[in-house]
Amino acid sequence: MTVTATRETTSPPTPAKRPDGGGRRRAWATRAPLLPALVFLIAVTQLPFVATLVISLFDWNSLKPEKRHFTGFSNYASVFTDEALRESVVTTVVLTASVVIVSVVLGLLFALLLDRAFFGRGFVRTLLITPFLLVPVSAALLWKHALYNPEYGLFNGALTWFGELFGIESIAQPEWTSQMPLIAIEASLVWQWTPFMMLILLAGLQSRPAEIMEAARLDGAGPWQMFRYLTLPHLRRYLELGILLGSVYIVQNFDAVFTITSGGLGTANLPYTVYETFYRAHEYGLASAAGVVVVIGTIVIATFALRTVSSLFREEASRS
Amino acid sequence: MPHPGRRSRPRVRGRACAVTAALALLATGCAGAGGTSFGGGDALNVLMVNNPQMVELQKLTARHFTEETGIKVHFTVLPENDVRDKISQDFSNQAGQYDIATISNFELPFFAKNGWLHPLDDYARADTAFDQEDILQPLRESLTAEDGKLYAQPFYGESSFLMYRKDVFEEQGLTMPGKPTWEQVAKLAELTDGAERGMKGICLRGLPGWGEVIAPLTTVVNTMGGTWFTEDWEPRLTAPEFKKATTFYVDLVRKHGELGAPQSGYAECLNNMTQGKTAMWYDATAGAGSLEAKGSPVKGKIGYVPAPVEQTKSSGWLYTWAWGLQKASRKADDAWKFVSWASSKEYEELVGATSGWSNVPAGKRASTYANPDYRAEAGAFADVTERAISEADPKNPGTQPRPTAGIQFVGVPEFTDLGTRVAQEISAAIAGRQSVDAALAASQKLAEKVAEEYR
Repeated sequence: MTVTATRETTSPPTPAKRPDGGGRRRAWATRAPLLPALVFLIAVTQLPFVATLVISLFDWNSLKPEKRHFTGFSNYASVFTDEALRESVVTTVVLTASVVIVSVVLGLLFALLLDRAFFGRGFVRTLLITPFLLVPVSAALLWKHALYNPEYGLFNGALTWFGELFGIESIAQPEWTSQMPLIAIEASLVWQWTPFMMLILLAGLQSRPAEIMEAARLDGAGPWQMFRYLTLPHLRRYLELGILLGSVYIVQNFDAVFTITSGGLGTANLPYTVYETFYRAHEYGLASAAGVVVVIGTIVIATFALRTVSSLFREEASRS
Repeated sequence: MPHPGRRSRPRVRGRACAVTAALALLATGCAGAGGTSFGGGDALNVLMVNNPQMVELQKLTARHFTEETGIKVHFTVLPENDVRDKISQDFSNQAGQYDIATISNFELPFFAKNGWLHPLDDYARADTAFDQEDILQPLRESLTAEDGKLYAQPFYGESSFLMYRKDVFEEQGLTMPGKPTWEQVAKLAELTDGAERGMKGICLRGLPGWGEVIAPLTTVVNTMGGTWFTEDWEPRLTAPEFKKATTFYVDLVRKHGELGAPQSGYAECLNNMTQGKTAMWYDATAGAGSLEAKGSPVKGKIGYVPAPVEQTKSSGWLYTWAWGLQKASRKADDAWKFVSWASSKEYEELVGATSGWSNVPAGKRASTYANPDYRAEAGAFADVTERAISEADPKNPGTQPRPTAGIQFVGVPEFTDLGTRVAQEISAAIAGRQSVDAALAASQKLAEKVAEEYR
């Protein structure tokens, strides 16, 4: 991942000791301590990426090392013409968009609820945040086995219990993952990402200027009007931030697809397909090319995200 | 690496340096898998898959092998997919980072062809205590490459067979034939479906993956007269025999198989069988060890019969994790000593004595099955397992000649990808999201691409 953000840092005012034009030297003296870190950063982030770029120009199957040769951009052509990869692009878009939208809506609801003072609010907030703290792969395992499993999963168990309650002998026992594979994965991701959205939006709600809300209430605005004309415009930036950060993370999701369906039933997204190309097909060149394409796509999204964040900060700064 | 802060260096050269440095990093396979310290010059480096038998071996090595021979061994243990990848990286570069690695009979032919492995015939001949003749014939053959040389020694071997609940069959008044056909099994699955509350007739894998659903499915295809490719690389996935076998498999799972079949692999079926959720299970012989282990609720209730057949004499698959020596290794003699110890009769005795006979890496030596200690512990499935492995014929597993050796796979490097993609189509058919015909038509196209490279 490479994201370049231009930051205008104002160098700390250094007392001019010698007015003899040592400006350049002084500048370097300020930078010098940072250089090792910069070199390290370039070595661990940029060099591997350059290597990936180079490899993506080769036709290289690791099991046929003698046939490795330079092919130029043909791997990129394959990425855009290969049916499995094309489908995985669509899957990725659908998966990301639906998860982000649903978790933002749910996150907003929870944030509005948590914005009120009530007994045990801290406890409820902690409970709501917990899913986000789970390791993604263990969350996926939990959904696959403890909830979705048609034999011993909680969902079908609950249905059975419900059926017994009403004396229904054989209540439906759907095979959740087989009948709605993509929805199954989306549900587990929504469960994990709703708390993230909720936290961002809660921060937004709590930064609403209290006196303006108070004034609106005195002017006789109803709760819906206040939400529509004050809260929502104020939350716009926070919503954008949540949507963009969420998108960047969910585009890269691998654990849920890998664990719940193993990429079957049309659920293979881009990261999973790249993984398969690399590990199962041993096509290093093709996998690198696909990886580069994913990175470029993510950079585009991330650029928007960074702009949003920086405009947020600007707003905060202008307000204070 | 361009030196920072020296600005006189021309830029282009700096960039070239960066690229070469990056490539150098790659070439040496600088992926940091933790836990390997390349110790003294006499230490062996072993790269192996993280299966329980290997983990056991790691525990026993220092106290026994190193004590006896003075040879230190460093292990790197990784999950199956990662280990395959790391092995092909290290062996293809002949970097010599690892002296020994666990390879399977799937990779052996092309590893040997690429000249990455050290032939073992001379060692095996000279090492009389190892008793090469004791290794089961099909394993010896499947670890021998086209040039007639032996390139690996098995650590353990497995085939596939049918496991069924004797008690349930008795209750229902059913008998399992000694050598069932698939038609009979389908009938029995229908009769035992629902025998107990929540019990299904049979468990068959449906999880996508060349090593998951494709393995049992391909054995069904073989015995029903189908094949992936003809001898001269014509893909036959839409041929009537292949279609018949796939339809049979998909229908059987959909009608009387486990719930959630498209997400069920070996682990899930093992779980179903252990929990009494299924009356029959067709899968790896390795599963029996877990079913008969201490504390298993179905211990002693299970019968074992050979893999069901239709047109062939036997249909069990053949798979083995085996020790391959890297050609570039400079410690081949020491490496052989380790292989000879790890695959020896003495090592099996050692595991039997320290952690019980059900944990022995079995399925490779005839003597294991004659051992009274082993038979006392694993008697229920020992003979059926041995027969399944002995009858497996990777060179001729079906009703027609094949382009490569292999029962539940096609022995080409591309099969990992092809098999997995086809598996996703089959899995979708099992889920009822598409017809078998559509699944096979898509699969045929994929197979066609692979075949082109070999014609």
